[in-house]
Amino acid sequence: MSVTNRRGSARRRLATGAGVIVLLSLLSACDREQRRFRENPPSASPSNVRVSALQPGTVVDTTHVAGPYDNNAWAVSEGQRLFGWYNCSGCHANGGGGMGPPLMDDTWIYGSGPEQIYNTIVQGRPNGMPSFAGKIPTPQVWMLVAYVRSLSAQNASGARTSRSDHMMMYPGSGSLQDPAKPQQSFHPPASEMP
Amino acid sequence: MLQGGLRGALNQSVLEASGPQAAKVEKLWWFAFTTAAIVYLLTMAALWWAAHRARRRELRGERLDEAYAEPRMTRGVTWATAATLVILLLFLGTDLLVGRTLSPIPKKQPLTIELTGHQWWWEVAYADSSAHGRFTTANEIHIPVGEPVLFLLQSPDVIHSFWVPNLAGKKDLIPGYTQSVWFQADTAGLYRGQCAEFCGLQHAKMALQVVAEPRTKYEEWATNQQKPAANATDPVSSRGREVFLTGTCVMCHAIEGTSAGSHAGPDLTHLASRRTIAAGTLPNTRGALAGWIVDPQRIKPGTRMPPNQLKPQDLDALLTYLQSLK
Repeated sequence: MSVTNRRGSARRRLATGAGVIVLLSLLSACDREQRRFRENPPSASPSNVRVSALQPGTVVDTTHVAGPYDNNAWAVSEGQRLFGWYNCSGCHANGGGGMGPPLMDDTWIYGSGPEQIYNTIVQGRPNGMPSFAGKIPTPQVWMLVAYVRSLSAQNASGARTSRSDHMMMYPGSGSLQDPAKPQQSFHPPASEMP
Repeated sequence: MLQGGLRGALNQSVLEASGPQAAKVEKLWWFAFTTAAIVYLLTMAALWWAAHRARRRELRGERLDEAYAEPRMTRGVTWATAATLVILLLFLGTDLLVGRTLSPIPKKQPLTIELTGHQWWWEVAYADSSAHGRFTTANEIHIPVGEPVLFLLQSPDVIHSFWVPNLAGKKDLIPGYTQSVWFQADTAGLYRGQCAEFCGLQHAKMALQVVAEPRTKYEEWATNQQKPAANATDPVSSRGREVFLTGTCVMCHAIEGTSAGSHAGPDLTHLASRRTIAAGTLPNTRGALAGWIVDPQRIKPGTRMPPNQLKPQDLDALLTYLQSLK
C-alpha cells in the first residue's frame, strides 16, 4: 500500500469524524422542540413550595426551582394554546390583565417561581382565581406555567414563542426582550392585597 | 382488472362517483388517463421505430452521422411553442368552464352545514334558524339523498382540506376565511372522506364519514340530534355523569343539557349515535372508547386529548354514561 493511499484514508477518516460531530451537534439543538406526548406527571404536587418565609433551621429558597418545561419551546406553545382553551384569557387577557392581574409585568402577588405559579393555578387564589385542581392534568398545568413565565421573559429566550398575535411586553418579538426582574414578596403590600 | 385495481376502497374512490359533482370529476379523470395513455403509447412506438430504423441502416453499412445530420431547429421550436400555447389556452378555457358548471348550487335555500377543521377532527354544525334547530356533532355528516348540500368551511388553526372522493373534489379550509363547497349524493350509502392537506402530526387520522340517507331517515336523525342529552337515570350512569362533570373532560367537551359547555373538543351530546371515535380512527365500541379515554396518545400521538388517570370503577361508570348518549 502506498503512502499517498494511506494518507488518503486517514483524511477520509478525519472527514467522517468531523461529519459525525457536526451531525451530533445538530441533534443536540432538538432539545428545544422535544415533544413528549405520554408524560409521567412530573411531581404531581410540589410539596416543597412554601407559603411562609419562616422555616426552622437554615432558610431554603425553593422559589426558583425550574419548571420541567421552562426551556421547551413546544411545551410553551402548547401552554399558549391551553391558555386560550381553558379561558385564562377571560380574566388575564393574553397576559395584559383585565379582571385578573396582568402576567407580563414584574409584579407577582403570589410569586413568580414555577412551583408558585403551579400552586396558584391548582389551588386558586382569593377573590377570583378559580382552583383548577382535578380539572387540568398535571403535565398541562406545567405547560401553562412555562407559558405564563414566558410572558414576562423569565425562561430561556429560545423557548419563547415569537409568533404571538397578542400584546407583548415590548413591540415585536417576545423572544428578544430582557427578562423582567420579578418583584415578589410573600406578604403583598396592602394596596395589592386582593 | 385495471379498473378494479384503480378503484381500491369503494366508499372512498374518485372512480365510484355518486353525485353530479363527482361524476364530472370522474369523467375528467378518465379523459386525462386516456389522453396520457395514448400519448405514452405513441411516444414509445416512435422511440421503438426510430431505434429499429437506425439499427437496420447501421447493419446495411450506411454512415448515420453524415446522412442524418441534425436539421435546423427553428421549425421544431416554433411548432413546439405554438402547440404549448394552444394547449395552455385550451386548459384555461376548460378550467373556466368547469368552474362555471361546478360552482353554483342549484337550489335557493339548501341544507347548510358549517364544517370546521381542527387538528385533528371535524366539527360539524347544522345551521338551522328555527328555535333549537342548530346542533353540533363531529366527524359524521348525515345528508338527505338527492339534495344539494352547502358546506361553509372554516379552520381555527392550520389549512385542512375537505375531500369526499365519491361526492366531490377537494376544497381547502383556510384559517380566517370562509370557503364554500356543495355536493349532492344520488345514492344512499356511507362515504368516507379525509383531510387532503397535510396539517400536522395526525393528518392521516383525520377522517370523516358522510351518511347519505332518504329524507325521512335524515329528518329522524336530525330531530334526535337537536335534543339535549338523555338524562342519566340508573346509578351507574349518573355516577359516570358526575365523573365527566367533575373531572378533566368538562374542560374541553360539551354535552347539551349539562353544565359541560366547552367547545375546544368534539361535542359529545350524542356520542353513542356515531359510528367512529377520534375522527374515524376507532370504531365506537366500549373497549375502543376506554382505550381512547385512558391513553389517547398511544392511539394518536400528539392529539390534543391528554391521557386521563381514572379509577377503574369511575372509568366503567363514565363509559356507561357516554354509551347512554344516544
